[in-house]
Amino acid sequence: MSISLSDVKRIASLSRIAVSDAEAEATRAQLSGIFSLIEAMQAVDTSGIAPMSHAQEIVLRMRSDTVTETDQHEAFQRGAPQVEAALYLVPKVIE
Amino acid sequence: MQWEVVIGLEVHAQLSTESKIFSGASTAFGAAPNAQACAVDIALPGVLPVLNRGAVERAIKFGLAVGAKVARRSVFSRKNYFYPDLPKGYQISQFDLPVVLGGEIPILVDGVEKKVRLTRAHLEEDAGKSLHEDFHGMTGIDLNRAGTPLLEIVSEPDMSSPLEAVAYAKELHSLVRYLDICDGNMQEGSFRCDANVSVRRPGGPLGTRREIKNLNSFRFLQQAIEYEIQWQIDTLENGGKIQQATVLFDSDRGETRAMRSKEEAHDYRYFPDPDLLPLEISEAWIAEVEKTLPELPQAKRIRYVSDFGLSAYDAGVLTSSKELAAYFEEVVSIYSDPKVCANWVMGEVNGWLNKAGIEVERCPISSRALAGLLNRIGDGTISGKIAKEVFEAMWNGEGEADAIIEARGLKQISDSGALEKIVDEIISNNPSQVADYRAGRDKLFAFFVGQAMKATKGQANPAQLSEILKQKLAG
Repeated sequence: MSISLSDVKRIASLSRIAVSDAEAEATRAQLSGIFSLIEAMQAVDTSGIAPMSHAQEIVLRMRSDTVTETDQHEAFQRGAPQVEAALYLVPKVIE
Repeated sequence: MQWEVVIGLEVHAQLSTESKIFSGASTAFGAAPNAQACAVDIALPGVLPVLNRGAVERAIKFGLAVGAKVARRSVFSRKNYFYPDLPKGYQISQFDLPVVLGGEIPILVDGVEKKVRLTRAHLEEDAGKSLHEDFHGMTGIDLNRAGTPLLEIVSEPDMSSPLEAVAYAKELHSLVRYLDICDGNMQEGSFRCDANVSVRRPGGPLGTRREIKNLNSFRFLQQAIEYEIQWQIDTLENGGKIQQATVLFDSDRGETRAMRSKEEAHDYRYFPDPDLLPLEISEAWIAEVEKTLPELPQAKRIRYVSDFGLSAYDAGVLTSSKELAAYFEEVVSIYSDPKVCANWVMGEVNGWLNKAGIEVERCPISSRALAGLLNRIGDGTISGKIAKEVFEAMWNGEGEADAIIEARGLKQISDSGALEKIVDEIISNNPSQVADYRAGRDKLFAFFVGQAMKATKGQANPAQLSEILKQKLAG
């Protein structure tokens, strides 16, 4: 299976990645290669095999429902590019 | 033209844990911005999620209460999307293996019971909050809500009117509060509804649906669905086509509006979260949780009808919240006429609570005090009408029923001698009305009752007064 240039551009747009036409073409070639590999794997008969959700055969451990964290927003926000009134500021996300 | 409406609901119930689903940060509402967003919640590099047992326990409780299958093994997946209030770039949710499968919720609309089937319920984390007020053209991000545990409860498209959708949402809301797994506070966003709505020809194939997002009151839920149904019918009847879309409800304009198509390109690339192992729930744990289940609203309703002789409607109103049901049962335990108790709790108590906009937990008249008032009607000290005056005084903090009756001199006049004297006076003062009555104008009886009540300031025992009047007027 090969993917089209417009597929690449759509995925780039959903991923919020700007790509030039040259990059899109190079990415298309690389992704098509990955899809060929997937195709090869899909040829393996997996009927009767339960899907694996984790590589290790162990189960999740849980914690008790208690508050253990304290307010550290000042320390955390030292690394933020812009902060005001204890809020992280980001470029406007609605029009 | 005939159209059939098909509605399914997705409800996000915020679970009432102390700490977040994957971190030890507090979930308390109303904290200063980012004071409750720890390293895990803001997705600093190297942090790992650790599942909160309390969140799982609440999901099990819900599953048992709706007769669903609690999955012995379920899996957390990453739902990938980009938005600044989701610092990891994915939401931890459950996809193909949710914790709760199936189940049903009974609803009652216009006296008809119907069962709404549930598809599933799964655990997931909430995102943070974006504040779009003006921060010099920037958006402010508060991550306190990020990582708050949610149970997303998905119904089958079993509802066929806005009223059924509201009945389902209310029933679910009541249930999660009975179970004590969610505080149900809709203003604070603890219980949010998304509605999937489509219309079709009776018996025809399903129409294309549109999803109305984030409805945070039962009134908006109803208005939004009503508007959406009409919009879809109008569009189809004018030869248009429905495009699958996510829409928002504008409560000021009372209409739904589609979001930009870019935003609803659902390409979430779900995959099992490698940071979290499969969740296993043992039979022993399920059995332990089952022991903590309270009497559920449906069982309570059935009991109220069979034990108290109440109508299905009254039973429904009284069990609509755990607190109201508890209040009613306390009143009945002291004053053992369930119908009278039900009428007062649904009428006066609920009416005054609604007017004041407060919940029954904060009712200024305790269940014991109300029973005290009902006792005074029962033993003939006051009439039902005077009781409403006493109720108002009790509401305003003037004390208990007995004290108010005493202080205001409201005791009913049941002394037949005194009543006879009053009736005699009325008869002698109104000779023409007496003559008309005796000539056959029966309707004038009400006039004499009115006069007597006026003379006694409403304190005459109504049954006794009517007896004496009949006797004396007969001549």
